[in-house]
Amino acid sequence: MRQMSIAALAMVIFFSASTSSAADTLNGAGASFPYPVYSAWAYDYNKTTGVKINYQSIGSGGGIRQIASRTVDFGASDAPLKPEELAKDSLIQFPAVIGGVVPVVNLEGLSSGTLKLDAAALCAIFLGDIKSWDDGMIKGINPGVSLPKKDITVVHRSDGSGTTAIFTDYLSGACKNWKDKVGAGTSVNWPVGIGGKGNEGVANYVKRSSGSIGYVEFAYAKQNNLTTTKLKNPAGTFVDPTFESFSAAAESGAFDPKKDFYLWLTNAPGKNAWPISGATFILLAKDKIASNATITKFFDWAFANGDAKAKELVYVPLPPALKAKVKAYWKEKGLI
Amino acid sequence: MRSLLPILTKKNPLDLLFSAITALASMTVIVFIIGILWVLATRSWPALQKFGIFDFVTSLSWDPVKENFGAATSIFGTVVTTVLSLVLAIPLAIGIAIFITEIAPNFLKGPVGIAIELLAAIPSIIYGMWGLFTLAPLMSKYVEPALQSTLGKVPVIEVLFRGTPLGIDILTASVILSIMIIPFTASIARDSFNLTPAVVKESAYALGATQWEVVKDVVVPYSKLGVFGGIVLSLGRALGETMAVAFVLGNNHKIATSLFDAASTITVTLANEFTEADKDIYLSSLFGLALVLFAMSFATLAISKVILMRAEKKYPR
Amino acid sequence: MNIERKRKISGLMALTFSTLAALIGLFWLVFILGDVVMNGIGALKLSLFFNDPVPPGVEGGGLRNAFVGQFLITLLATVIGVPIGVLGGTYLAEYGRGRTLSRIISMLSDIMVSVPSIVIGTFVYAILVKPVGHFNGWAGAVALAIIMVPVVLRTTENMLSLVPWTVREAAFALGAPYYKVIIQVVYRGAATGILTGILLSIARVTGETAPLLFTSFNNAYFTVNMKEPISSLTVSIFQYAMGPYDIWHAQAWAAAFVITMFILVLTISGRLLLRWRYKQ
Repeated sequence: MRQMSIAALAMVIFFSASTSSAADTLNGAGASFPYPVYSAWAYDYNKTTGVKINYQSIGSGGGIRQIASRTVDFGASDAPLKPEELAKDSLIQFPAVIGGVVPVVNLEGLSSGTLKLDAAALCAIFLGDIKSWDDGMIKGINPGVSLPKKDITVVHRSDGSGTTAIFTDYLSGACKNWKDKVGAGTSVNWPVGIGGKGNEGVANYVKRSSGSIGYVEFAYAKQNNLTTTKLKNPAGTFVDPTFESFSAAAESGAFDPKKDFYLWLTNAPGKNAWPISGATFILLAKDKIASNATITKFFDWAFANGDAKAKELVYVPLPPALKAKVKAYWKEKGLI
Repeated sequence: MRSLLPILTKKNPLDLLFSAITALASMTVIVFIIGILWVLATRSWPALQKFGIFDFVTSLSWDPVKENFGAATSIFGTVVTTVLSLVLAIPLAIGIAIFITEIAPNFLKGPVGIAIELLAAIPSIIYGMWGLFTLAPLMSKYVEPALQSTLGKVPVIEVLFRGTPLGIDILTASVILSIMIIPFTASIARDSFNLTPAVVKESAYALGATQWEVVKDVVVPYSKLGVFGGIVLSLGRALGETMAVAFVLGNNHKIATSLFDAASTITVTLANEFTEADKDIYLSSLFGLALVLFAMSFATLAISKVILMRAEKKYPR
Repeated sequence: MNIERKRKISGLMALTFSTLAALIGLFWLVFILGDVVMNGIGALKLSLFFNDPVPPGVEGGGLRNAFVGQFLITLLATVIGVPIGVLGGTYLAEYGRGRTLSRIISMLSDIMVSVPSIVIGTFVYAILVKPVGHFNGWAGAVALAIIMVPVVLRTTENMLSLVPWTVREAAFALGAPYYKVIIQVVYRGAATGILTGILLSIARVTGETAPLLFTSFNNAYFTVNMKEPISSLTVSIFQYAMGPYDIWHAQAWAAAFVITMFILVLTISGRLLLRWRYKQ
């Protein structure tokens, strides 16, 4: 037994000694919204450069928390932080990619784009005011669609989530009722429904429960063949969630580096704009100088080489002008 | 033999050293417990101070937007799932113990006993995964609609069976928990039953008692304290179970009225929200939850330990 | 006659219920294990052991990082936890035998064995993750070690107590100091039992997920550096099973199969070992 434990100890020392010098992995955590595109970028980046970017999808709330307490090298959040909040924890913030949050439903016989919803109906469903799919309010917007007499099961996020922040920001902007009763934030006090962990968890629960409705980042809906709905935007058009409708929303956004790019893209004007769009942000700690250089290098690479991959997953790459602004911002903050 | 020890150990300096090392090693247990209490208490202090200890434990609000936190909904979920799982597990566990000690032929006793104990060896994450992928769909398709159309029609108790049977709810979580605690209750019940002296049982048989009467009137009364201790121990175990319920409870901070409602336990709230709490007061409140859970399970386990020790003293092996 | 009959029927019913209860217990075991085996074997591929994870949508990922990470975390937890547990148990059964302090520690250990493991996770987060500045494998190992110590400590105490006092007296009579008696005589007598306790405690912590969530965290890459976040099978299963992708579910089942079999083999061999050694 003694020999065994000595051998084990020797192995441990060998392992930690052989790798302790190599700090070639950078750890990031946060939003699950951009997880598919970040992990795809990181995978390609690792193949070309050997640098490992370990991104764990734990929710935007977690991303903010972990970078503020410096337990990761970078955080990611879909909910932008206000400049004064950034200053409090000495953080730096820039957008990385733009995407859309989409309502997904599980109703037998309905295919994507058949069901139409507007803000009022969505609010009523998530407030628990509408309980059945054949409610007059839903029927009213969907003439000709046969809706079952089935209970609505609301699926929301259980964790602190930027997807929730974008979604609730949209609901708060669109209905007064929601703003007064629930409000907006990375986690809110949900009136009804069950909570899934991460975009993954919500997608999973919606997939498994007939009669359910949830909200996920579009890439999750697409990769899982979930049924999406049309949504009425402020201009009055019913739009489908597509690359084009997200781009239309993205183009309306005036991101300002002086405000650390703080901006919401929900309820964007524009005839074809998807109303629940949002940018997702990277958070860096001012004091982590060495790792910041590597991370900006990674995003510089992604801005140059990652657009195709992003489009494939139906994220909107930042417009060239915005990319230039972000790079100027990096320089100004002394990151590159 | 106790009087010998000091003489034996004082002679040799190496002996003193070795005894000091072993004593220190055994103290780590105390260090862990005090350390956990200290860390949880200091970390949760900001939240307990802000909301007040009593209000924190009784408040129904778990509102990260308004930063208003209370433990009551999580405590409710923890208590309800635990109690329900005990209700489901106890009759089965005692039945199993009776089967193993009194009914099974000798060649079956060992294998059945080990098989039941293997239920305790399966990791809780496997229970959770199996619950989500296999049990939850069965519950929502067959069991829960069946309950709804039978017990759900009975006045008064029908409240318990309202809502959409999704399978991701209190009932499914409690069923999984009950399977997990069966082996604990069963093995302690079995050990307690085995303590009944054969002479007593045989004299009952000699008086013409049936097998069931021996169990009911001799074995059970003789061992009820031990069985009760085993139940309290299972209660303590169930309180702290995380992964098995995390998959199927639905994470909802509400006081549920129906067995088909989603809920949240302290453990599930911690697992989901601990790395994700973005504000200091949020994290502090989560440490507060951990403190409440630690206190609850520590107290329960201590009580079970006292009962079991008393049972042992009353009926020594 | 009537009473006789009633007694017989109620007896029969009760005994049928007990038998039924045992069958239901066995049914759950077969159901769960069968499910794990069926889903797990189907998903078991060599790539699972030799490839690292790939992002959703890319073919051919595995969980090599998680297998290695799990092994390292468990190994370190054993290296930390077992010596403390064995030595602590030695104090309770030998030097401290019969003392009030020993009885208190023994009782506290029994309680610690069942303390919610997630609470231990939050504790280790506060002392080893927050101060260090990042999630790391060591924190995971320490969390598991804290779970192991009371288990090993209590088994060691019990096994040493089973060694007859006369054996020690015989050694004392030869003039051996107590520490030598313990190491050379008592440990030898209780070796199988202690080893079994260690095996069972390894089985116990291998299945733990909750204490790793906030400590060793997870890592998408292969690493053996315990100072970094490191992947483990259980946390990967949690992430993959909760996720929406079918390929993730398949890999989660396969990993679940491997880990369940490992734990069952360890548990059963531990029990058989005990039975063989302490046959009455």
